[in-house]
Amino acid sequence: MSVLNILLLIFIIVCAVSVALSKNLLVAIVIFMSQSLAMSVIWVMLQSPDLAITEAAVGVGIDSLLYFVTLKKIHAIDVEKEQEKEGETNHGENS
Amino acid sequence: MAKIREDYENSWWPRFLRWLRGGSTRLDDQLQEELVESSEAHLLQSPEEAAQMERQAEERVQQALQDERNMYDHVHDWARLKGARLTRALYSILAVVTCFAIIYVLLRTTSFLPPFGDPDNPVNNEVSQRYIEAGMQETGAVNIVAGMILDYRAFDTLGESNVLFIAACSVLILLRISREKDGSQSAEQLLVEANDRMYEPKNDTILQHITKLLVPIVLLFGMYVIMNGHISPGGGFSGGALMGAALILYLNAFGFQKTERFFTFRVFQTVSLCALSFYAVSKAYSFFTGANHLWSFITPGTPGKLFSAGLIPYLNLAVGLVVCCTMYAFYTLFRKGDM
Repeated sequence: MSVLNILLLIFIIVCAVSVALSKNLLVAIVIFMSQSLAMSVIWVMLQSPDLAITEAAVGVGIDSLLYFVTLKKIHAIDVEKEQEKEGETNHGENS
Repeated sequence: MAKIREDYENSWWPRFLRWLRGGSTRLDDQLQEELVESSEAHLLQSPEEAAQMERQAEERVQQALQDERNMYDHVHDWARLKGARLTRALYSILAVVTCFAIIYVLLRTTSFLPPFGDPDNPVNNEVSQRYIEAGMQETGAVNIVAGMILDYRAFDTLGESNVLFIAACSVLILLRISREKDGSQSAEQLLVEANDRMYEPKNDTILQHITKLLVPIVLLFGMYVIMNGHISPGGGFSGGALMGAALILYLNAFGFQKTERFFTFRVFQTVSLCALSFYAVSKAYSFFTGANHLWSFITPGTPGKLFSAGLIPYLNLAVGLVVCCTMYAFYTLFRKGDM
């Protein structure tokens, strides 16, 4: 196993754990995308380029797009923005 | 003939049914009986006695209601003070236990797996040997994977394509917002579209120029992956996913007005249905003639040529079209409930 392979595998584990631990849903999806990207590189190194193409198109592209649209539909992205705004205004009043 | 017990009304099942329907409780029944009795006895009694009986009944009802309220208060207090804490503790304990159980099962299973890449592994049996040795002559596909999934195991691939189609149909049932009867857009649809457009990038120059560069290349590469599926790595699923991603990118950059010119709900219906039916019919023909040694015009051809390997390129095209349509349909249905 080459060094790059080991690094990618560690990267995948770190990504998987941080997806579960991240509070922000948007950030979780972006981490999930990067995990899929690392996975597709691993598929290339395992000599299956067809799986790599599918992983890159589905895992990175379409999956995360569907997650983004769903977040938008359930207003999960708006709520976070509003909370940030509220936090800023509260901070301003306190100071 | 079914026997009906005489005291059927008082056995536990009808009582349970009555309770389930929110019907009378025991107190109500008792009062009802007393009312019936008292109305019969009413004629024999003086008005004072009747009034007293009514007062007594009223008191009993009040007492019962008070008891019920006390019981509810008691239960609520318990749930608020002790129940919540107990549930939370139980929940966390169970979560940890479940987590460790799953980790244990997975690790235990992994320890039984054969070593990676060992030639004596059980997967290296006569089946894969046959595929590797005789696959090219029998199917005419240079890419053994394509030969396997679209010739030897074409039935599985038909099932997979159908699963995708059924998934698209389920999303359609769940998320589609119906139009008005005369074909115009309903109020709900307009609302969802207006909500959708709030976040849509409006004529983003960078996105549009990058899209103009990328989309033709990605579409061409997707077509290449599909049509070259029997020669080089790839095939219907990968190519279809690529083409679907390209269409979604185009939609994101230019909006629905541009894509609706060539991709509507009718196009989705027609393409998916035609592709799936073509797959099913042609594969049925090839199974029938091949399995019974009848004359068939499907021949493997010269391996390595574009039009070779019998049905595989056409089946790849069918699968690719289904996957592409499904991906695009998912995205548009998620976004505005229509295509």
